[in-house]
Amino acid sequence: MIDSDVLDRVLARAVRSGAGFAEVFAEDRRSTSLAFDDGRVDRVTSGRDRGAGIRVVNGSTTGYAHTADLTEAGLLAAAEAAAAAAGSGGAGDRVVGSVGPRSEGHRHSPVITSPADIAKSDRVDLLLAADEAARSAGAEIVQVSAGIGDTRRTVLIANTDGVNVSDDVTRVLFRVSAVADGDAGMQTGYRSLGHTVGWEIFDTVQVADLAADAARQALVKLAARPAPSGSMPVVIKNGSGGVLFHEACGHGLEADHIAKGTSVYAGRMNELVASPLVTLVDDGTMTGEWGTSGVDDEGTPTQRNVLISDGVLTDYMWDLLRARREGRTLSGNGRRETYECLPMVRMTNTFVLAGPHDPDEIVAATEHGVYVSELGGGSVNTATGDFVFGMREAYLIENGRITEPLREGNLIGNGPKVLADIDMLAGDFAMGGPGTCGKDGQGVPVGDGQPTLRVSSMTVGGTAA
Amino acid sequence: MSGDAPTDLLSIGDRLVARAAPGEQVEVFVARGDSTEVRVYGGEVEHFVSAHSEGVGVRVVSAGRTGTSYAGTLDPAAVDEVLEEARANAAFGTPDEFAGLVEPDGVDTVPIELWDERLVATSTEDKIALVTELERITLELDSRIRVDEADYSDGGGESAIVTTTGIRRHRRANSCHVSVSALADDGDETQTGFGFSVGDAPADLDLAEAARDAVNRATRLLGATKPRSRRTTVVLDPFVTAQVLGIIGSTLNGESVVKGRSLFRDRLGEVIAAPGVTLVDDPTDARAFTATDVDGEGLAARRNVLIDDGRLERFVHSGYSARRAGTVSTGNAIRGGFAGLPGVGCLALQLSPGARSQEELIAGIDDGVLVQSVTGIHSGVNTVSGDFSTGASGVSITGGALGAPVREFTIATTLQRLLLDIVDIGADLKWLPMRAAGMSLVIGDVTVSGSS
Repeated sequence: MIDSDVLDRVLARAVRSGAGFAEVFAEDRRSTSLAFDDGRVDRVTSGRDRGAGIRVVNGSTTGYAHTADLTEAGLLAAAEAAAAAAGSGGAGDRVVGSVGPRSEGHRHSPVITSPADIAKSDRVDLLLAADEAARSAGAEIVQVSAGIGDTRRTVLIANTDGVNVSDDVTRVLFRVSAVADGDAGMQTGYRSLGHTVGWEIFDTVQVADLAADAARQALVKLAARPAPSGSMPVVIKNGSGGVLFHEACGHGLEADHIAKGTSVYAGRMNELVASPLVTLVDDGTMTGEWGTSGVDDEGTPTQRNVLISDGVLTDYMWDLLRARREGRTLSGNGRRETYECLPMVRMTNTFVLAGPHDPDEIVAATEHGVYVSELGGGSVNTATGDFVFGMREAYLIENGRITEPLREGNLIGNGPKVLADIDMLAGDFAMGGPGTCGKDGQGVPVGDGQPTLRVSSMTVGGTAA
Repeated sequence: MSGDAPTDLLSIGDRLVARAAPGEQVEVFVARGDSTEVRVYGGEVEHFVSAHSEGVGVRVVSAGRTGTSYAGTLDPAAVDEVLEEARANAAFGTPDEFAGLVEPDGVDTVPIELWDERLVATSTEDKIALVTELERITLELDSRIRVDEADYSDGGGESAIVTTTGIRRHRRANSCHVSVSALADDGDETQTGFGFSVGDAPADLDLAEAARDAVNRATRLLGATKPRSRRTTVVLDPFVTAQVLGIIGSTLNGESVVKGRSLFRDRLGEVIAAPGVTLVDDPTDARAFTATDVDGEGLAARRNVLIDDGRLERFVHSGYSARRAGTVSTGNAIRGGFAGLPGVGCLALQLSPGARSQEELIAGIDDGVLVQSVTGIHSGVNTVSGDFSTGASGVSITGGALGAPVREFTIATTLQRLLLDIVDIGADLKWLPMRAAGMSLVIGDVTVSGSS
């Protein structure tokens, strides 16, 4: 994308007025997406975004500017703008050498069939198959929409510490939603699949199965009763509720929240912060998972980081700036949505390891509660620890058995308390579907996973007494 | 801010549109903009982002098939490729008799000034000084307060739409806002609050109000506990009301209606809300943050009454949804940027305000909760089924006055019931950096889930 000698000159310009650190982040992203709705392929689009962001750090101030012009002149102009934004008055003793030899990020997820080699007509066939499978699931299915898309993102990161690394990640996404109409109104079902792999994923995963399952979910909910209101045990099915940990503690373990004292987990290193059943890992190297990449968006190789071990807090997640300031080892969690954005501390694939219980035993041990077989999104206030997440498909548990389906609603809890209240954890670990994590206006792809588990008490936000 | 002559973007559109093949419709949307974002922390600039973006999106409709393509650059060669790519993509769309671009409909644009030279003239130093001052006055209001984010941001941009059907529009707009996020500490406990102010130029921003809101919101939650579960009356703060109006607006989206996904699809002309509830989408009100003179397809933006005194009057439409519904566009095509097809949505919602202040509304409530913030709107509200459940925090209302703070609870109802259960609307209209204005809203019979 950019020659190393050009990078040297751009970085030199960026620190000319005395800043202590500068970085070039260049990105070339090509996307294709097709959407099917209401019986038609109604959106066929493709496009390309290409540009570079230049970051200059001067003392405690970061300046950032970006450009879609990747010529040397364009990059130099952005470097000047970023340096001006960072302000003058730095130490002025920065000696800029050369960036190191260019290396490539590790390919944790090999791409066997490049999506670029797949005809759009083949993509149309997959959408048609999904529509047919969903509609044939029941006469009450009145609407189906589906989408299929892929992105190939090539990045190049170089900085004044000598980093000079490229990475190349392909992502493939399929989603399908169905609407069922019954006597008590309409209900929806949704399934999605996303991996950092090539088109070969569709050799092993049948989109028709996903579509049929989305339709099944909508049909089941036609008979749903209002969710209960109040505190009760909540059992969450394996591979459906990693977002619980993403919200209950993931965000609170990001070093920027720790540094500003906006996390309930600040100052709690080496303390028991969760049930001893809980071991929480963030791992950007998992083959094929949605949050995987070779390097993060600051050029640090991704890695497997154990954040909570047997309930004890063992580490936070770090980006380059926070790790430098605190003298910590980089963890590969500096990420950004596009070249137009500053990097921040972000999760990659975040999950809880398997535990000792049997999933059926967990349900049987619950006299009255809620069984969530698929969670929706969630959000958290890291400073108070209060978080919510939605239940897209849930059932009542009565006398140790899963009974009636429930209408949708949110669950609310407090992170540290919910982590302590996890009293059963099964051995059936599974990763969940693809997620997009939002923070400060930027969305990045993340994965999550967990075994079937029980929280002994959470507040269910339904309308039934 | 860009000082380029407006003809530049239009000429890019003209050049591409001139290359349409016979029988082919081509729409070109071209945009560029600049923005600044300054965050101050501890009296120093934490980051300063200076951004310039530009790009082009092309829609081609040929024999009822639609294709689109985009590129994040205005480089002429890349722009030409976008047209070719959109044309190639169109071959894979399903023929649709309703596909097509809008034609000029004779509705004149309402002249509103969306560009403020005062903002263009504001120096970087002044922007930094402004947000430094915001952090300082927030900290001074209360000794228990910390500030984790004090932000200033502004944006200005221009766009042009040119089509083979005779649309040729240019618009430019700029605005700015500040926001502050505060933490209140008391022993081991921390609570949070935020405040903001929006304006055409920095001189319009009310720093004191933003600071006061953030501090009040954070400090009044100190000592909050879970409320007891019950069905009760809730008063939504203006910021919460604006979020709820955004959801209501999405159920009145003509595209959802024609595709059978709106829960109000068969209710036109019927009573769907309490008497006195009048909901208007009016992007021509210059006070709205999202005010605009044209919509995403280049038609004049216009005032549309959606709910009139409780009765459902109108859905909002783009050209496509209108043709399918057998009606005309209401000027409600929206674009998220230069990529992709325009969608349909409300542009600037507001409820007709009532007569009383929030304090007066609360004085009439014996038992209830003032909801100052909600979370999980995207995960706990389903606009197809109508289920509504969000996390909330606020202050209890007892005997007509505010009482103890409450948090970690949910409020739940359905969208259908929520509209019918509106008891009163405040006079406290507040303009927010959102697609809806806020005001206090009193809703009866909402389920509060907290302690059992």
